[in-house]
Amino acid sequence: MRRFISIVIVFGLIMFFINTLSLLPKYGSVNISKVSEAYIDKNVNGNGGNVKYNESESLENGAANVVTSIVVDYRSFDTLGEVTVLFTAALGVSLVLNGIRRKKYGRRPNFILRVSVGILLPLIILFGTYIFIHGHLTPGGGFPGGTIIAAGILLLYLSNEEFDLSKTPKFVEGISGSLYIVTGLVGLAIAGVFLINFLPTGIVGDLFSAGIVPIVYILIGFKVGAELSGIVADLHREG
Amino acid sequence: MTGVTIFVGILIIISAIFAVEAKKMLDSFIALSLMSLLTVFLFVIMKAPDVAITEAAVGAGLATAVLVLALNKMGGDSQ
Amino acid sequence: MVYYIAFILIGVGIYGFLTQKNLFKHLVSLTIVDTAVNIFIISLGYIEGKEAPIYSKYTPIANFVDPLPQALVLTAIVIGVGTLALGASLLIKVYEKYGTLDVEQIATKEAEE
Repeated sequence: MRRFISIVIVFGLIMFFINTLSLLPKYGSVNISKVSEAYIDKNVNGNGGNVKYNESESLENGAANVVTSIVVDYRSFDTLGEVTVLFTAALGVSLVLNGIRRKKYGRRPNFILRVSVGILLPLIILFGTYIFIHGHLTPGGGFPGGTIIAAGILLLYLSNEEFDLSKTPKFVEGISGSLYIVTGLVGLAIAGVFLINFLPTGIVGDLFSAGIVPIVYILIGFKVGAELSGIVADLHREG
Repeated sequence: MTGVTIFVGILIIISAIFAVEAKKMLDSFIALSLMSLLTVFLFVIMKAPDVAITEAAVGAGLATAVLVLALNKMGGDSQ
Repeated sequence: MVYYIAFILIGVGIYGFLTQKNLFKHLVSLTIVDTAVNIFIISLGYIEGKEAPIYSKYTPIANFVDPLPQALVLTAIVIGVGTLALGASLLIKVYEKYGTLDVEQIATKEAEE
């Protein structure tokens, strides 16, 4: 009975959603908005336009990856808020679980796990670092890079009974979060706007381009990696 | 491309239904992880590589790990 | 097309929320709805025949899909795993207190006290 009523409710809901489809543009033929147009042409302040890879120089934002330029430059304040939400979630986890000792599984991890972690871990950390350093050129950035590093820490936890990150995540997290805000305040002091891109932006497509975007993304990478590693560490504690 | 989209979409919906209806909790988490991985296909088809790489790292790796660790803390699949 | 997939997935998530009694299944349902909403937002930015929004050797001039929904979803996914971990840790505490995760058993135990 309960199942039947639920199916009816859900069916009605889906029908309601499908009815609203007439208000939406057809799939695959959305009109690109003026705001997105300005972000793509790097033309928000009215001095960009016609960006060309490897040629355009000193634009208001030199990131080749347009998504990165939105996340870390044009809407950086929004990202600061989202990172704060993530920090609050990590804080909540450690507050609710409040473990002290490292949880032991009581048996030695098997041979294959131990050896393969020894080989894979440096590669995973290297890959995560590559992802967040090249965030302004290739797909990726601080958020996936930090997650990949946290996955590496998880492997370390599973393969080694003695390993424990006691206070390191909190420390790294606090330092990188503060540096993010300091970067914003330096922009406020130099150009009068919080989190403005105050460094020279270089040629689109170079590794050293895009002003503060790589710096902020590296900080976000450390922050997200530390927070998610902290969550993994908290789930491994008891007592 | 439409055929691939429909095929992947049907697989996503089947794995979501399995994740909701599975009797054992571990099966449910694995189905959820499978759903996240298949979503990555959909994001790549829709030309969103940034989102795809994030979803691959989070959905298939860390989210499943968090759920399994929490289940392990409660003494396995006993509830 | 993708709209329908997202709608049905939201439906599956809500169905799980209504029918299942285990609190862990509620968490799983919430994650399904989260993914469905992400798919929907991304599909609102897709334009047929255009490329991923990255300037590169192969796409030197702009011919891109809408980058704004992608920027929004990118952060939402990572926050999703944060809230998932918070929910899971709350469930651990619930299990420590009541010894079960079944909603109805928790309600009877609460009534007895």
